[in-house]
Amino acid sequence: MNNSTKNRLTDKAFQYFGIFNTFLGLIMLAVFIFVILQVGLQRLDWDFLTSLPSRFPEKAGIYTALIGTFWMLLLTIIFSVTLGVSAGIYLEEYAKKGWFSKLLEINISNLVGVPSVIYGILGLAFFNRYLGLGGSLLAGSLTLSLLIIPVIIMTTRESLKAVPKTIKEGAYALGATRWQTIWKQLLPAASGSIVTGVILALARAIGEAAPLIVVGALVYVPFIPHTPMDDYTLLPIQIFNWTSRPQPEFQVNASAGIIVLLFLTFLLNGISIYLRNKWQKKVKW
Amino acid sequence: MNQLIAKNVNVWYGDNHAIQDVSMVIEPFQVTALIGPSGCGKSTFLRLFNRMNDYIDNFRMEGEILINETNIYDPSVNTESLRKKVGMVFQKPNPFPTSIYENVAFGMRIQGMNKKSELDEIVETSLKKAVLWDEVKDSLKKSAFSLSGGQQQRLCIARTLAVEPEVILMDEPASALDPISTSKLENLIFELKKSYTIVIVTHNMQQAGRISDQTAFFFMGKLIEYDSTKKMFLKPEHLQTQNYITGRFG
Repeated sequence: MNNSTKNRLTDKAFQYFGIFNTFLGLIMLAVFIFVILQVGLQRLDWDFLTSLPSRFPEKAGIYTALIGTFWMLLLTIIFSVTLGVSAGIYLEEYAKKGWFSKLLEINISNLVGVPSVIYGILGLAFFNRYLGLGGSLLAGSLTLSLLIIPVIIMTTRESLKAVPKTIKEGAYALGATRWQTIWKQLLPAASGSIVTGVILALARAIGEAAPLIVVGALVYVPFIPHTPMDDYTLLPIQIFNWTSRPQPEFQVNASAGIIVLLFLTFLLNGISIYLRNKWQKKVKW
Repeated sequence: MNQLIAKNVNVWYGDNHAIQDVSMVIEPFQVTALIGPSGCGKSTFLRLFNRMNDYIDNFRMEGEILINETNIYDPSVNTESLRKKVGMVFQKPNPFPTSIYENVAFGMRIQGMNKKSELDEIVETSLKKAVLWDEVKDSLKKSAFSLSGGQQQRLCIARTLAVEPEVILMDEPASALDPISTSKLENLIFELKKSYTIVIVTHNMQQAGRISDQTAFFFMGKLIEYDSTKKMFLKPEHLQTQNYITGRFG
């Protein structure tokens, strides 16, 4: 066998290996979704969405968890976007580039990789105990915000960096101040990809259970939260709870809950893809 | 309107001595061309007049640049108002990712002018001065990116004219344009010098010869020769200038 046949064989082998792996992932996902749908769809109806939790599986619903998840999303958006985007703007546009900003940069990228349960422990110590927020929505959303702020900071910086320098120069050359340049040119031009990044970060956050178990999301909450200081439960927590029950009926409930959670996640991802495409069509540098 | 005066200007980027003791007087209502091989400092020198180098790391400058008898590097000078007086057109057309109308209106909006009738009028006169009005008057709401390269560059000029500058700095404004767009741009520059002082960096010798009244030849950070364009092209004093203009190096 000469060299070129050998190379061609290697190439072919890798090609099939790649195809196999691609489909392996997709098939696993498809099987998972199929099973969940098969089990869960029978249970999924309006009553399931609007019923309070119960120890009788056929009566139990996800109303409190769903409302809790929406509350959590809203509060997390408020905290993480304000803090993350402004920190990103500061680091990209204001901070002097030097060893200090390098150090910050490295630390922020490291924070992205910190396991979420560590954030939970931090939230427990700081928000719940030290600030005395207890197991409230406020404490939970601040903890989740901590988890995704590094991602939002990085997204904001990358999006601002992607705006051509010539736009900035053009604005400055017309007598715009730095503030005007950032708010009227750079941010509008970068907002499409910032929003995309923020939504993807949120989609990850609403599926998180680990840090929120630590900071006190409750398994059984028989009422919906009315203020940020109320106790709460969330979809992932509710699902987690049901899957650990011995009765098979609760497994069915869990599957139905997973369908709702998957739907929310896909919805958020879909919105971000839509925005990204819409944006790419509008702006080409 | 007065002369632009550079007095013993030195510029460093870190250890790189980019401009070396350059003094020159730029006459009002004329086109002054800055020529020289790449890296000779002509763009850096141009960008001194609206302080665009301020954003470059390691930039350090000594000497004085006087516009209307004020040293624009004096700490008391407001860079934003300076840049309204000294506009700039860049090498690559850089319209904002907004409509044609908003591109021209931007300079007014940041000064707090938001009245539609006034903006409409300024947008129209500026586009007319930049000889773009007839081509875009029916599509002012369209994205600036829908225009051709040459139109985009004239849009950038209109945008600059809208804030009523006295000086217009142009950094190789035709280098990204095709010959027809270039000749339109050159005609425009010829018109504009009646009302504005124009300083233009160009790599194109014929262009410098066609449109400029004065020409300055830069080489390795130094101003080698500066005279009327006619004299520079026909009887330059320095051999280096002659070699460069005739294309023997550069």
